[in-house]
Amino acid sequence: MDKKRDYLQGVRDGVPIGLGYFAVSFSLGILAKNVGLTPIQAAVMSLLNNASAGEYMGLTVMAAGAAFWEMAVATLITNARYLLMSCAMSQRMDPATPFRHRLIMAFDITDELFGITIARPGYLSPWYMYGGMTPAIPGWAVGTALGTLAGSILPLRVVSAFSVALYGMFIAIFIPPARKDKVIAVLVALAFAASWLFSRLPGVSALSDGTRTIILTVVLSAGAAILFPRKEEEAAGA
Amino acid sequence: MRIYLYILVMAGVSYAIRALPMTVLRKPIKSRFIQSFLYYVPYVTLAVMTFPAILHATQSQISGALALIVGLAAAWLGADLFKTAVVCCAVVFILEFFV
Repeated sequence: MDKKRDYLQGVRDGVPIGLGYFAVSFSLGILAKNVGLTPIQAAVMSLLNNASAGEYMGLTVMAAGAAFWEMAVATLITNARYLLMSCAMSQRMDPATPFRHRLIMAFDITDELFGITIARPGYLSPWYMYGGMTPAIPGWAVGTALGTLAGSILPLRVVSAFSVALYGMFIAIFIPPARKDKVIAVLVALAFAASWLFSRLPGVSALSDGTRTIILTVVLSAGAAILFPRKEEEAAGA
Repeated sequence: MRIYLYILVMAGVSYAIRALPMTVLRKPIKSRFIQSFLYYVPYVTLAVMTFPAILHATQSQISGALALIVGLAAAWLGADLFKTAVVCCAVVFILEFFV
């Protein structure tokens, strides 16, 4: 494993993520300001959490002045998908990799960093992930702080344009495998349909975005795993 | 002060969620079902989070929908993370001149 090469590749792939984070966390910062956080507090929150939906949820809990245990439960539910991602990553670690790397990599398991790290073939490279974290972590924290500081200065249309950056990155992660694997293509289409349905159905639509995401992820992935189990070598090397 | 305590609770829970499986699951899982399940999870999660949320991220649903279609096409044609994201932003930026 070439540490330096992996790290530099990670930085290269992490730059668009950092830029996207900067844009998205800017709007998170605007919300943080409305809840009453200072730019420093907002930056510390983002530095320690690295979670868009999780922090959004956290801010609404703060705004409500809720109890600390409620904050813990809300965070647990909104961020539960990272538990699944962490499971998936644990299966792709080289047994020879020192334990400390698992502790550091775990700190920044986000949708995007998970996506680019797991998309590479073979064992996961800690150095590749650290490369990705290098622009991503400051992008997220500085964006939040600046949003808190100057959120209302940018015209609405610019904020609106920035806010789809994150979804563009999601799309670029699930489309390439969907192109190669029909099961994933169908799964993505089903996920779109089911997610739309869940946002409309009475009762279910009252659940938080995070909870709906967890339910749909578990149900659809389990269904696909039962109907279309991967062959051993595919599952290990994918 | 209370805000920092809130932040600490959030950070502690977030890190525990991320670090527990990584540190506890040291051996490969043998079950073919679980292996397959974990393989499908990331793509399903990202797809679920993209739609219909992208429609509500923008000022008008039309620009969100168009950003989605153009983004899907761009990624299908081989655009990487950055290019796809930029294309999506550009669609919204240009379209919301008119809408």
